[in-house]
Amino acid sequence: MTHSLRQVATILHKDLVTEMRSKDIVISMLVFSLIVVAVFNFIFDPGSEQIKTTAPGILWVAIIFAGNLGLSRSFAREHENAMMQGLLLCPVDRSLIFVAKVIGNIIFISIVELISVPIMIVLFDLSIGAVFWQLVLILLLGTIGFAGVGTLFSTISANTKSREVMLPILLFPVSIPIILSAVKSTTYLLNNSTVNNVWSWIRILIAFDLIFTVVCFLLYEYVLEE
Amino acid sequence: MIKVDNIVKSFGGKTALDRVSFHIQRGEYVALLGANGAGKTTLTRILATLARPTLGQISIAGCSPKNDAQTIRRQIGVMSHHSFLYDDLTAEENLRFYGRMYGLSGLEGRINRLLTQVGLAKRRHDRTSTFSRGMQQRLSLARALLHEPPILLLDEPFAGLDVNATEMVKELLDESIAHDNTVLLTVHDIDYALEKTQRVLILNEGRLILDQAVQSVSRQQIREALAA
Repeated sequence: MTHSLRQVATILHKDLVTEMRSKDIVISMLVFSLIVVAVFNFIFDPGSEQIKTTAPGILWVAIIFAGNLGLSRSFAREHENAMMQGLLLCPVDRSLIFVAKVIGNIIFISIVELISVPIMIVLFDLSIGAVFWQLVLILLLGTIGFAGVGTLFSTISANTKSREVMLPILLFPVSIPIILSAVKSTTYLLNNSTVNNVWSWIRILIAFDLIFTVVCFLLYEYVLEE
Repeated sequence: MIKVDNIVKSFGGKTALDRVSFHIQRGEYVALLGANGAGKTTLTRILATLARPTLGQISIAGCSPKNDAQTIRRQIGVMSHHSFLYDDLTAEENLRFYGRMYGLSGLEGRINRLLTQVGLAKRRHDRTSTFSRGMQQRLSLARALLHEPPILLLDEPFAGLDVNATEMVKELLDESIAHDNTVLLTVHDIDYALEKTQRVLILNEGRLILDQAVQSVSRQQIREALAA
């Protein structure tokens, strides 16, 4: 393993250990996403046609808003004891910090999805047996794209006074292509639309994931500059 | 070892550092004094590659922060008001984290030695959130010394320490000086600066108003410069 990979693994390991001990990111995200799912469950009849069309939107609202909460918390933690400065004092390429942070955020959001998505499927009485792996793929791609853009913007907003307000204001307009393609592909998937419809949106999602992740990777060094 | 030529640092309309220039030779122990808000921390941050000067040039160990920041970061150990320690990690884990980031060999031996030197060997498995301010400062110094840097930038390392801990940190600093390390120490203690360091720099409202060897400067001169 090269030194760069070791540095990424070290930052990631540190983030996972601190989260395992404090649990403040995953717990807050999970509670939020479960509240969203529970509230919408009160509104719609499980198994109805209405729920099939609205479930993808509810699913991504829960993921995106919970993700926003986690991203904000994850960088607030780095700024509490000026730990980000400690990290910046190390001889590490700033892009590697981005890679480690994105992987960490993907893991945190995925943990929340692993718990809240099955609960949502049960509560909404959705049938996903035939499209299970495609749904997993869409969730993974949406999470990667959102975590990539979110990591960049949470770093920017962490330096502002009102970071909790600033993050969604900066993040949501930019991540619209990812949210839109994730919601559209999930909607077509859960409503038994044609394979072409589903995959056309998945391909758009992949394209935006690549574009956003590469651009954010390249820009991260400048974001960390004073 | 450290060359600062005519640097200016502005934040919006406010000038934090105004045409500051000085050179520090290898092995020199230099005290940086100044009232609160004089620009000491800004200068330390610039030397630590955490901020860039608005104007002017800096060279540390022959490298420019613009082109070779990574090399500089390997050469410097920084201690500031902030501990740079993760509350949810133990003392040992914090040092191990930083040691791995530097890619240090023989890391466990270094950690054992430093934890013993700063008197925290018995608390090595405790989370730093349970440490007092003084213990965090000592661990922070261990973190700064972990990669054995030839240049130390210390921003008020004695702040918040009790008498014993202060002596412990002073001993570690003496040892560092004995190893021909270069130290820039931000401090408010004039007596310590005159007794232990070789040169005194005084900043006042962002300007370097005094740069003299301790033999050629009196306590009264320093007091007057600080009060200016």
